[in-house]
Amino acid sequence: MKKSILFGALAVAGFAAGGAAASTLDDVKARGKLNCGVTTGLVGFAAPDANGEWNGFDVAVCRAVAAAVLGDPTAVEFVPTTGKTRFTALASGEIDMLARNTTWTFSRDIDLKFDFTGVNYYDGQGFMVPKELGVTSAKELDGATVCIQTGTTTELNLADFFRANNMSYEPVPIETNAEAQQQFLAGACDVYTTDASGLAATRATFEDPTAYVIMPEIISKEPLGPLVRHGDSEWGDVVRWTLFALVAAEELGITSANASELAAGTNNPEVNRILGTEGDLGAMMGLPADWALKAIQTQGNYGEIFAKNIGVDTPIGLARGLNAQWTEGGLMYAPPFR
Amino acid sequence: MSDAHAHSVAFVRTEVIPQSPPPAQQTGVMKWLRDNLFSSWANTLLTLVAAWLIYLILSAILPWIFNGVWNADSLTQCREILAGRTGACFAVLTERWNQLLFGYSYPRDLYWRPVLAFAIMLVAIAPVLFFDLPRKLLIVTALFPFIAFYLIWGGPILTPIVALLGCGAGYVVFNRYGKGNFAAGFFGGIATAFVVWGVGGFVVDLVRPETPWMTPVPSRDLGGFMLNMMLGVTCVSLSVPLGIVLALGRQSDMPLIKGICVVFIEFVRGVPLITLLFVASVMLAYFFPPDSTVDLFLRVVIMITMFSSAYIAEVIRGGLAALPKGQFEAADSLGLDYPQAMRLIILPQALKISIPGIVNVAVGLFKDTTLVSVISMFDLIGMIRGPILASTEWNGVYWELLGFASLLFFVVCYGISQYSQWLERRLATDHR
Repeated sequence: MKKSILFGALAVAGFAAGGAAASTLDDVKARGKLNCGVTTGLVGFAAPDANGEWNGFDVAVCRAVAAAVLGDPTAVEFVPTTGKTRFTALASGEIDMLARNTTWTFSRDIDLKFDFTGVNYYDGQGFMVPKELGVTSAKELDGATVCIQTGTTTELNLADFFRANNMSYEPVPIETNAEAQQQFLAGACDVYTTDASGLAATRATFEDPTAYVIMPEIISKEPLGPLVRHGDSEWGDVVRWTLFALVAAEELGITSANASELAAGTNNPEVNRILGTEGDLGAMMGLPADWALKAIQTQGNYGEIFAKNIGVDTPIGLARGLNAQWTEGGLMYAPPFR
Repeated sequence: MSDAHAHSVAFVRTEVIPQSPPPAQQTGVMKWLRDNLFSSWANTLLTLVAAWLIYLILSAILPWIFNGVWNADSLTQCREILAGRTGACFAVLTERWNQLLFGYSYPRDLYWRPVLAFAIMLVAIAPVLFFDLPRKLLIVTALFPFIAFYLIWGGPILTPIVALLGCGAGYVVFNRYGKGNFAAGFFGGIATAFVVWGVGGFVVDLVRPETPWMTPVPSRDLGGFMLNMMLGVTCVSLSVPLGIVLALGRQSDMPLIKGICVVFIEFVRGVPLITLLFVASVMLAYFFPPDSTVDLFLRVVIMITMFSSAYIAEVIRGGLAALPKGQFEAADSLGLDYPQAMRLIILPQALKISIPGIVNVAVGLFKDTTLVSVISMFDLIGMIRGPILASTEWNGVYWELLGFASLLFFVVCYGISQYSQWLERRLATDHR
């Protein structure tokens, strides 16, 4: 009891300190650098390469925001966070935004006092089992041992799914995806469950990927997106609309290759508004007119980012699925830029 | 007589028998084998089973090592090169060795700085570890923390100089007044050091050059085995003196000091290290306004030092308790005051008894530094678990990377252990 009061007081003090500070947008501009929280490493989504350069699907969001706000996609300080440290890092102001395959849930949005600024990847939790187990549906997994990453929503979803289907399971708690892979390959668990994107990435690294199957059931909705602290809507708008700009750019056919050319002026007024040749959308947010142009030029549109980091031509090989544009049957839908 | 003798026996050897080698079973390899491996049927059985086990292990490991691929761009390429044979993919080590040793963001062209600091460290700890060496080398030891700080973190050269001046001034004050009154000298010294640091810090800020000679490297960019070494060396060297103070404090007659020490030791020993690390990385962030936090490296050093000093204090308390009461009384009867008695009579004996325990804690502490990976610092294990295994090229290479990590840790820990055994032999003055 006493402990919870202490922690509560600390949290309140933290938020008060965060609220008292100047707006995040001004902070970032003054600092000349964006502090962006990312994962400590997730294939395709965020990892530093041999030269120490961060790359990946989530990293591209950080870089796009930096390009929009500061005009420089390299002006990002990447702060690696684990599943346990990510929220405190954001709440305490250590980072300005978190782009770390974090699921948008009610309690995170309301109770932890964050604002999710959109969804950059629609994921869902799946199951992977060795083919030799002969299981064809997740409903047949009664009594299985399951490798599960602790401190994530997947842990809770798993419990819900097994309870709803009157099945029992034995959890094998693990800390990172890498550990899970090894445990699963070594046979410490029959089933590995995590987001379907993670399963695909993991399976791609196996020596014999065909010996493992991913169950057809997707047992949860995992909308992954960037988030910011509650209570600074201006900054939240910047992150939200940078993400929308990337999505809209794909819909409107703006790519990293033709963005500069289109910025000279086109017949499509919405393209002009996004790229800053018409209207003053940037100024409304306190950003330069070419904010979206910079983001798209340096990172590419949503489709390009997807294809480059996790698309079918990469080792991870994810299909667009739910993440296709709404015009192609997906859920990616940017509100109008006007 | 002699004739009769000569005729009465059938044969007389006239020449000396040449020396012949001992029977094959009583010498060399054969004897050794018989004595040690095949002395009875039970031992023979054990030998055969053991040989079979060794064969099993080696037949799995040796091809894996010798077939190892050292040049490839990714795990997939490794597997193509191996084409189904067993073999390690050491290519990850050749490509990422720098990240394993220095972390992913330490500037590549500055690697010479930590390497130089490491070399100086060897010189600096030598006179501490081997007391036969000339005492003048201790000057290097005293200067080493400041040199190492300057080399690893860079920045304006005035910062380490001011730090050094503060320590020097404090020491001078302590030397001057500490003889008469320990407390006056002690607190006076600390106060002087802080005054010098305060004034010096102001001066450093005033004349901070635009581009210092040594490019500054923030703590966040430290990583790899370098981080483990830095944490290990710093925390061990800080926690031994602190542990001695705590152990003596716990034996003190003064209730306040005794109380503080007991509470500190019992509290810290009762909490897992990982909890302390989480407090360091997560909770402390709430206490400081953004952008003005205490450096994460420093926070972690404080926490690990607290943790291990509590353990070392208990080890040393064991050493103190093992001394016969006569030693304390003898010191008193010689007319020595408390610091003299401790310094000249009690501690040398108590510390000698405590060596195995202290080394045990030190080795444990060095390995515990890998726990910082859970608070997203990229030490050797953090680098492996995070960035390297999460790269599309190397996702799935476990044995090679973790084997490399264990090799590095083994070398250091085995070295520490061998040193402590040498030290025990060297200090063995009793004849047990």
